Amino acid sequence: MTIEIRSAPHIKSTTSVEQIMRHVVWSLLPVCAFYVYQYGLSALASMVVVTASCLATERLFVKTGTQSGDIRDFSAVITGLLLALSLPPGFPLWMGVVAGFVAIAMGKALFGGIGFNVFNPALVGRAFAQAAFPQAIASYTPSFLPGRFYEMIPSSMAFPLMQPADVSEWLKLKHLDALAGATPLAKWKFEGVLASAEELVTSLSGHMAVGPSPALILVCGIYLAFRRHLDWRIPAAILGCAGLTAWLLFAFSPERYPNPFFMLFSGGLILGAIYMATDMATSPVTPKGMWVYGALIGLLTVVIRYYSGLPEGVMYAILLGNAATPLIEKITQPTPFGKSALARLGQAKRGASYALHPGYISREDAGAVTPKKRFLRNKPKPNERPGEREP
Amino acid sequence: MAQPTVNTWEEFMEGVWRQNPVFVMVLGMCPTLAVTVSAMNALSMGVATTFVLICSCALVSLTRRFTPKEVRIAVYIVIIATFVTAVDYAIQAISLALYDALGAFIQLIVVNCIILGRAEAHAAKNPPLPAMINAAGMGLGFTIGLLALGTVREIFGAGSLFGFTLFGEGFQPWVVMVLPPGGFFVLGSWLLLFAALERRKQRKLAEVQGAPKNV
Repeated sequence: MTIEIRSAPHIKSTTSVEQIMRHVVWSLLPVCAFYVYQYGLSALASMVVVTASCLATERLFVKTGTQSGDIRDFSAVITGLLLALSLPPGFPLWMGVVAGFVAIAMGKALFGGIGFNVFNPALVGRAFAQAAFPQAIASYTPSFLPGRFYEMIPSSMAFPLMQPADVSEWLKLKHLDALAGATPLAKWKFEGVLASAEELVTSLSGHMAVGPSPALILVCGIYLAFRRHLDWRIPAAILGCAGLTAWLLFAFSPERYPNPFFMLFSGGLILGAIYMATDMATSPVTPKGMWVYGALIGLLTVVIRYYSGLPEGVMYAILLGNAATPLIEKITQPTPFGKSALARLGQAKRGASYALHPGYISREDAGAVTPKKRFLRNKPKPNERPGEREP
Repeated sequence: MAQPTVNTWEEFMEGVWRQNPVFVMVLGMCPTLAVTVSAMNALSMGVATTFVLICSCALVSLTRRFTPKEVRIAVYIVIIATFVTAVDYAIQAISLALYDALGAFIQLIVVNCIILGRAEAHAAKNPPLPAMINAAGMGLGFTIGLLALGTVREIFGAGSLFGFTLFGEGFQPWVVMVLPPGGFFVLGSWLLLFAALERRKQRKLAEVQGAPKNV
């Protein structure tokens, strides 16, 4: 008989990990397709290469036996696609390979594979790329460039270990301002220029360096929430808290802070809230905990965006939220049936954490002496085999 | 005559491999993580520490008979500090650039737990020659450990090795490798590699030993 070891919860359900992951991949496909439509060949190459790198790494670690799970469960595909969506389209492909390897190796395999990871693997890969290649990860190109389906963005094709080509020269040839490549968030942070709302939501107006379309991601997220493959509480809490905080600050001083709408629809907040923060292994399982976790991420995002040197803060906010998840789960444990919060307050005594009845006294409280158990008296010595013992 | 030679060699190799201070005992992490930004820094830090280690172990071993047990740690620290001061001045005289690169970590050799540990655990109980051989092995092991980190970090962080450019002009430096997180990543990767090797050795050993029993 073989005994399979799996991570909790051991609830029998008709949906399998593979099924959930496959649905997430399907729901990501329209987003990816639109991203390729926006940025052309480079975005497609980036997606294929990063995903292939994630899959190869997964294969390596599953094969060497250091990681549980199966390559067929699609989780590495999700990691790869999300990582590619969160990187700029012209990100050098060799750096994408590095980021994909780090995402799976450091974000997942080191912890023991699917279900054991503490941080979202895609964000681990992105955080490493951000720390290692800060210039490359900040250089966006405008979307809807003419001829984007015939030629790659030159920085994509950088030789391995070498610096990518300067994109501004290439943009000049296309008669575009070199600064057109700044993301809306960077534009607001460093130049004080605010992008308009419908531009941000649809990402359809050309020549703006925007990420994948927030409107499309929202639609896909709603589909997933209806299929119960993600919990609606987490995105609701993140977007609600980020929007509320941004609105309060906007009401406080409208000339200093952008409107809450800009906060919600710029950068990667929607993508992060719907696809990254809701990773089942790294977010709390308790309903109350989900609200706390989402609110924490929303608040941190606003704080990092407004008060730090970085234009975008979603990644670090989610990673910090992931780190806080075990703690959040601990303090938001639901009350067991038959045990009200009031009773818990009154009876927080030693050894009696599950007081079933007001008159119940635990053995220790009653002073009962537990007899020492003697199961191990006839234990065989470690070097001795049971069959070889003297009669 | 053969017996002592084997013992001495084993004594020496103990610090280099079996009880390597960086990879096995994970001691002296402060300089290991802080100064291994380049291979040159790592090598000079290793050499400086080895010098202090050998000299102070010799002196501790020589004075072991008349060191009162109650104040032995203070005595060790005074001895170590003496040699650290000498090394500090020597490096300053030889290369000011290196002195600036290593910074306070030269003075901090005083509190390096490898040295104090060797003095307490080995030099205080053994005659000078074995103590020095053991210290030399430990020092070499520490230097190897630092070099292992320093080379990897320099190759990725600057594209060079001991200052010689490896990849030509357009190399893209991995900024993270010269930052503190890079030190942790590289150290973790080395520890992972050695742990995997050790585990494989154990498994093979178990297979070899276990085989006759099953037959």
